[in-house]
Amino acid sequence: MKWTFFHKLGSPKWFYDISGRWLPWFAVAAVALLAVGSVWGLFIAPQDYQQGNSFRIIYIHVPAAFVAQSCYVMLAVAGIVSLVWRMKLADVALKCAAPIGAWMTFVALLTGAIWGKPTWGTYWVWDARLTSMLILLFLYFGIIALGQAISNRDTAAKATAVLAIVGTVNIPIIKYSVDWWNTLHQPATFTITEKPAMPVEMWLPLLLMVLGFYALFTVSLFMRMRLEVLHREHKTRWVRDVLEKLS
Amino acid sequence: MRQIVWLLFCREWRLAWRRPGDLLNPLVFFALVVSLFPLAVGPEPSMLRAMAPGVIWVAALLATLLSLDGLFRSDYEDGSLEQWVLSPHPLELMVLVKVLHHWLVSGLAMVVLAPLFGMMLALPVSVLPVLVLTLLLGTPILSLLGAVGAALTVGLKSGGVLLALLILPLYIPVLILGTGAMDAALQGMPVTGFMLWLGCLAVLALTLAPFAIAAGLRIGVSE
Repeated sequence: MKWTFFHKLGSPKWFYDISGRWLPWFAVAAVALLAVGSVWGLFIAPQDYQQGNSFRIIYIHVPAAFVAQSCYVMLAVAGIVSLVWRMKLADVALKCAAPIGAWMTFVALLTGAIWGKPTWGTYWVWDARLTSMLILLFLYFGIIALGQAISNRDTAAKATAVLAIVGTVNIPIIKYSVDWWNTLHQPATFTITEKPAMPVEMWLPLLLMVLGFYALFTVSLFMRMRLEVLHREHKTRWVRDVLEKLS
Repeated sequence: MRQIVWLLFCREWRLAWRRPGDLLNPLVFFALVVSLFPLAVGPEPSMLRAMAPGVIWVAALLATLLSLDGLFRSDYEDGSLEQWVLSPHPLELMVLVKVLHHWLVSGLAMVVLAPLFGMMLALPVSVLPVLVLTLLLGTPILSLLGAVGAALTVGLKSGGVLLALLILPLYIPVLILGTGAMDAALQGMPVTGFMLWLGCLAVLALTLAPFAIAAGLRIGVSE
């Protein structure tokens, strides 16, 4: 196998071209999945026999939490790629994904709080999974703050990469220690290995929403990255060509 | 190799004792934070006893963070850090010596002082050995993890607040295990499990953190 494709991945121009071609597909997929999933989940899916209609916020809460967690892992992967292979594009991905991940974490926390009021009778409890999401939000804030504090772009990228890797090593430890500390939350809604406890008509729209959130994440990441690439490469000829075509 | 470690240790030791005030300040801070709590929540012994593990641990966390802020700063400013990075000896080993020395002069002092504050917060004497042991295992982790943050923020002007933002979330497992052991001891339950976990984390930090610290310093120096 030739490794040329791997080096191509690091080329900003190649990324700009290919992401431009993929972006409409991801956008269509995101809109379609989110539209179908939310209509199905919010109007058609049956009520929960205990929680009534209030459970329907799960169709926002769980996908946001999924994306928030996998985004942090993605940061660490981008960090490793950036430190090991010195790929500029990984720096861009790391920088652009962090704010999206922070927003997803915030959405998961907010919907969780709104859901908590009818279910547990309070907006916030110091429960293990809520607390670990809050800690995840702080970890995101740390990465964003470090990236902004260092003025040199390459240094900032390397420093945030190291921090993301250190954070990812710590996440399982934090997760288990917090779980141990307190558990009130229901166990994970979805696992790949086990049959879901929900009926099909409930979890199928949830699956669509999860996929839709991933597509949405990809779309917004690509758009941010494309802008950042143009900004970083603004002195090169291909960027000038692109800008001329646009104007 | 052994000679390098010894020389470095002597250098750190001499530097630390030339400015004894810098060693004392985090300890005074530790004492102050602990004594603020009885003033804030009232002198009721039963309440103080329930809060004592958390108060002592949070104070230890903050004091460590405060003392770490300047860990690499003077070395960075006078250029000796660059010499460290350029030297043929492994940077990981050198930072490990530096951090362990830092723990010896700041963390260990807190461990020694902790029983005194434990008694002031109405902890029963039977629990004090557990307090000392948890801090003995936990404070090296705090120093090592904090040094990662100190290394990443070494060249920055507003390092202090940023350091807290980066590192405090990573301190949470140590806080949970340390206070968990204390609570278990207060209720007369076994604490071995907590100690083993803290020991695990200490070994993990001791082996992995030097690499992250060295990577952070290389980035900071290259700027």
